[in-house]
Amino acid sequence: MPYVITSPCVADYSCLEICPVDCISPNPDDDAFDHAEQLYIDPDRCIDCAACVDACPVNAIYKQELLPPRWTHYAEVNRDYFRNAEKRIAVVQETSL
Amino acid sequence: MTTQKRPALRVAVVGAGPAGLYAVGQLLDQVDVDVDVDVLERLPTPHGLVRAGVAPDHPLKKRVIDNMFEFYLDHPRVRFFGNVELGDRVVPADLALWYDAVIYAVGASDDRKLGIPGEDLVGSYAAREFVAWYNGHPDFSDRQFDLSSERAVIVGTGNVALDVARILTCDLEVLRQTEIADYALDTLSRSKIKEVLILARRSHMQGAFNNPELEELGESSTVAVELRNATLTPEQQCLEQQLDWIDRRKVATLKKLQQRQLENPEKRIVFQFLTSPERILGDERVAGVSLQSNRLVGDSPDTLAIEGTGETTEVATGLVFRSIGYRGNALADLPFYDSTGTIPNALGRVLQHNEILPGVYVTGWIKRGPSGVIGSNKKCARETTSCLLEDLAAGRLKGDVLSPVAVEAELRQRCKALVTQSDWHRIDSAERLAGTAQSRPRVKFTDRASLLLAAGVPE
Ligand SMILES: Cc1cc2nc3c(=O)[nH]c(=O)nc-3n(C[C@H](O)[C@H](O)[C@H](O)COP(=O)(O)OP(=O)(O)OC[C@H]3O[C@@H](n4cnc5c(N)ncnc54)[C@H](O)[C@@H]3O)c2cc1C
Ligand code: SF4
Ligand code: SF4
Repeated sequence: MPYVITSPCVADYSCLEICPVDCISPNPDDDAFDHAEQLYIDPDRCIDCAACVDACPVNAIYKQELLPPRWTHYAEVNRDYFRNAEKRIAVVQETSL
Repeated sequence: MTTQKRPALRVAVVGAGPAGLYAVGQLLDQVDVDVDVDVLERLPTPHGLVRAGVAPDHPLKKRVIDNMFEFYLDHPRVRFFGNVELGDRVVPADLALWYDAVIYAVGASDDRKLGIPGEDLVGSYAAREFVAWYNGHPDFSDRQFDLSSERAVIVGTGNVALDVARILTCDLEVLRQTEIADYALDTLSRSKIKEVLILARRSHMQGAFNNPELEELGESSTVAVELRNATLTPEQQCLEQQLDWIDRRKVATLKKLQQRQLENPEKRIVFQFLTSPERILGDERVAGVSLQSNRLVGDSPDTLAIEGTGETTEVATGLVFRSIGYRGNALADLPFYDSTGTIPNALGRVLQHNEILPGVYVTGWIKRGPSGVIGSNKKCARETTSCLLEDLAAGRLKGDVLSPVAVEAELRQRCKALVTQSDWHRIDSAERLAGTAQSRPRVKFTDRASLLLAAGVPE
């Protein structure tokens, strides 16, 4: 089961800097970062190594099955972010044709 | 062959909030150059708005202090000098002589005004003042807020507006477990407020709050949420589907909040969309607000605009908080853009008459305006420190500085009660100790005299 970022996240991208498979978004080098409310983990690419958990200064990252009840919906929020990011990329490619 | 290492670079960071402290962390990370940093802060305490802005019922976010910022301040190459206000006995021209480079990270200490009649009546305040007050900021701890009105009105829909609405309606038992200032707990325990009315100029699809803050309103079992003017005309119905993911999530949450059935709601938060305050009513004290209705025009989320309908109503209240944004103040003779409340800069290099001022940098809210979350300041500081290091490599920093000992002597001579990092540690330990006895994270000292006493620094 993948790891999930929850609402205390302050978007300081410490997790992203340490993730070995680069599955956390948005990257501070992208414009999307400037409007981000938080960062998100791609559940399809996370390899469950837990490196990000120790890097997070506000303890916002949980293994999916251990999410506190008030934040269980964040599993879906993280997944959804990437579904929508893919859609956005698809739209950009279409319009740039 | 031996290569001679450059003597340590001497940098001053002015302002110990997130932006300044992220800059410190990035300078410490350099491997090619040793950097000594002095952090100068006008308060006796570091951490800026994480201590005095972030809501007391959000203790998790404040962990960034212990897990990140304190780590930087405790570093042997870093010195903290609190109770030093730049522009007072120490001015930017002094720092320019003392250091290779200076980074200004003084945040935004003012706010945007509504610009409507009645704004200065007793009972009309900035959310900024109320926030600083309940967080025990020493410049605001002697304020009085009269919460005897049944309704409070907040103008604006940002996260700060939601923080204020939440604190005004929060269960006291919850607040008693936080680091909220004791006098604020006392005032809140006598509050008569039953309704917090949030006025949004724009539509329910354009709320300025973030999703987590909005969702949090659903965690209370005693505070109901009501929406007004959140229905669309049949032609506009499709707009909600066209919103981007973040805004769609907000609209869905608003609807969920409204549909909740609470058994015995004690209080309520009302979002009234498409409504602008036109005048604050009252003779000496606030008695009400005159409101003007707006309508939504435009056929796609990107072109949505509002226009006044000319229709006005009145609502009774004794308390109005404007929450339409913080704003930076000019600092001594540094350049300043009045229109944006920021110091003019190019990627963090301060500009005067469009020319770069060598060795002078800026980061955080005073650089880019009051937006983003705590981590936004890390990216912002990264841009600034990269410029500084580039300038160093290109030989654009002067390299003629005062020794650390001489700087401290100058500071001690000019500022009477200097608070160092170990003095701040004494304040911090005393606050935590007092907190342990009450099962709270800390009990804050809220005026300068008691902060300095706890620091062991004679006034
Ligand atoms: C009410 C409120 C709640 C917030 N809640 C959250 C939240 O939950 N999560 C989140 O991610 N972000 C939150 N934020 C945003 C976050 O606090 C800011 O992004 C961040 O604090 C800005 O950093 P800064 O360093 O630019 O400014 P500040 O944090 O304001 O730091 C500036 C520092 O400079 C000092 N200073 C000012 N003038 C001088 C001078 N002349 N000489 C010396 N020192 C000076 C000040 O005392 C202060 O310590 C909140 C903001 C507010 C206002
Ligand atoms: S658990 Fe490992 S792979 Fe998954 S997001 Fe965290 S650091 Fe990346
Ligand atoms: S380390 Fe924690 S706070 Fe920072 S971006 Fe990652 S999840 Fe968010």
